[in-house]
Amino acid sequence: MNIHEYQAKELLRRYGVAVLEGHVAWNGDEAEAAAKKLPGPIYVVKSQIHAGGRGAGRFTNDPNGKGGVRLAKSAEEAKAAAAAMIGSTLVTKQTGPEGKLVSRVYVEAGCDIARELYLSLLVDRDSSRVVIMASTEGGIEIEEVAEHHPEKILKVAIDPASGISGFHGRKLAFGLGLEGKQVASFVKFVDAMYKAFLELDCAIVEINPLVVTKAGDVVALDAKVSFDDSALFRHKDLEALRDDSEMDPKELDATNHDLNYVALDGEIGCMVNGAGLAMATMDIIKLYGSSPANFLDVGGTADSARVTEAFRIITSDVNVKAILVNIFGGIAKCDMIATGIVEACKNLKLSVPLVVRLEGTNVELGKKILAESGLAIIAADNLADAAQKAVAAVKKVA
Amino acid sequence: MAILIDKNTRVMTQGFTGAQGTFHASQGIAYGSTYVGGVTPGKGGTMHPTLNLPVFNTVAECRDATQANASVIYVPAAFAADSILEAIDAEIPLIICITEGIPVLDMVRVKRALDGSSSVLVGPNCPGVITPDACKIGIMPGHIHRRGSVGIVSRSGTLTYEAVAQTTAAGLGQSSCVGIGGDPVKGMDFIDVLELFLADDETKSIIMIGEIGGQSEIQAAEFLKSENFGPGKPNKPVVGFIAGATAPPGRRMGHAGAVISGGRDTAEAKMAAMAEAGIHIADTPASLGSTMVRALKG
Repeated sequence: MNIHEYQAKELLRRYGVAVLEGHVAWNGDEAEAAAKKLPGPIYVVKSQIHAGGRGAGRFTNDPNGKGGVRLAKSAEEAKAAAAAMIGSTLVTKQTGPEGKLVSRVYVEAGCDIARELYLSLLVDRDSSRVVIMASTEGGIEIEEVAEHHPEKILKVAIDPASGISGFHGRKLAFGLGLEGKQVASFVKFVDAMYKAFLELDCAIVEINPLVVTKAGDVVALDAKVSFDDSALFRHKDLEALRDDSEMDPKELDATNHDLNYVALDGEIGCMVNGAGLAMATMDIIKLYGSSPANFLDVGGTADSARVTEAFRIITSDVNVKAILVNIFGGIAKCDMIATGIVEACKNLKLSVPLVVRLEGTNVELGKKILAESGLAIIAADNLADAAQKAVAAVKKVA
Repeated sequence: MAILIDKNTRVMTQGFTGAQGTFHASQGIAYGSTYVGGVTPGKGGTMHPTLNLPVFNTVAECRDATQANASVIYVPAAFAADSILEAIDAEIPLIICITEGIPVLDMVRVKRALDGSSSVLVGPNCPGVITPDACKIGIMPGHIHRRGSVGIVSRSGTLTYEAVAQTTAAGLGQSSCVGIGGDPVKGMDFIDVLELFLADDETKSIIMIGEIGGQSEIQAAEFLKSENFGPGKPNKPVVGFIAGATAPPGRRMGHAGAVISGGRDTAEAKMAAMAEAGIHIADTPASLGSTMVRALKG
């Protein structure tokens, strides 16, 4: 789960991470009031969306205008900047061409920047540990640094048994060329970040840029926090930070029904059990010349009600021209799935071709239920056959 | 021979009296495996209501009373890491965790506890391990397997079943099948299982099924290049497949580990590394069996 910058900073502040003072605002007047609470004379008004590249982004209603992060020299200017951004759609490198609607801004105190650095924490698969990454190349995309200058990325892995120690922070600080009081400020910053990462069950925390001020303080200028969805059960308070408007409505709908769904832009709707098989089904559709409309894993405990919900979500996508069901029953039982398909077809008055491939537990029973239903279902013998039949069905419709 | 489990494996179940633990233990017993008891804290001293096997409060008690040498875990995600840690503490040699959705930082602690321990972990978020006609530990449908010569290792449950069904249909059968699971921090990885398959006489060929995300398939390809292929090496034919060629970067495809985040973790990069190492790449998951038949013909 992702959260907004202002929410991330509020959380990190509680753990002692140095952030600038700021306030969220939902309209121009609130932005003006927020600025008046800050010391000035410079204010930064930042669009709050779940995507990076806001400063260089452009609004759809003002493509030649200013970006999604603006400087203001007075509370009145902050008000005007907020009013211009709120309610408009911001397109950045990470939003896709459709952009994201800005519903609120964060009004933050300005600061004197001496250096811009990069810092992030994440769980590294290779070491199976939390790794802290830092780079002198702050403010730009870290993927590009990783590709062209991997030597400019410093890493330390934290042993979960002994935890973080002073040397971890010092190693990074000296590697970044920090000196004097900057080192102590950085070590304290990293310590607080690690504590927050563990206690909040984060998946990634990225501070880009991390700035060193002219006074020698180390401060988070931006903050991106995302949580491990599997651990949200023990952080009920974080659920309140979820912003449903940032999610694809179909994906939100699926999440609310415990379905694993990712919207894509193709034409064959897929319902599969198992994440690996679901990806492989997408791949084979592409191989035979069409493209998948979605990833959908109904999971091992799928019952007929879940299958019905899955069908409803798949068919709510207007681009879907055929549906491919691919089930290899292990825990999932084919008869249960078949019953769900029959019910869904009746309830939803399915109007697109449906190809079904069933294999595994109770397969004969499942096939019998489908055959006796009288529904116009195209039966397939194996995965390749199923994909070919689904692609053929789409081509026929088109 | 086979790997990890055989006729002598004595299986205990953690989360024994729950619905999942009960159902899959009964399936394992019906398959002919030796299940010896299990743990449900608070129900120690009783008999399992349907399976007629003893229930214990702790893993150590169960191990002492039953001589269990493998434990399978069906405990809910919130408590599963604790269950794995208890099995490590009780020095159970093989721990298999089926549970999906364990918080990743819990697994970071578990992984650290495995270092220097006398246990190996398979999973979590995996279908388990099976040696056909000998022992079934996990949630895979037993009837699709036939004892034979192909060793299968996979990050995906249902794709493993595809490989099993196709190698059964081709008359090859399987020596053992290991689902290593779809989580980013897990127990055995490809290399650990491949090492066992290379050393196993019964395993004549290997199918490895990976997916997008992470580097472990590339490391496995490098491992096979140096340890399997070449003069004086086992030279067992290997067929590979990577799921997720069409997955967009940055979107998590169901498994916690299946997300493209860098450049080298795409299906394309992995398949290229595998092909370069001498692994036969199956174009689709429907051609795993036929690709293996071709590979065996040389």
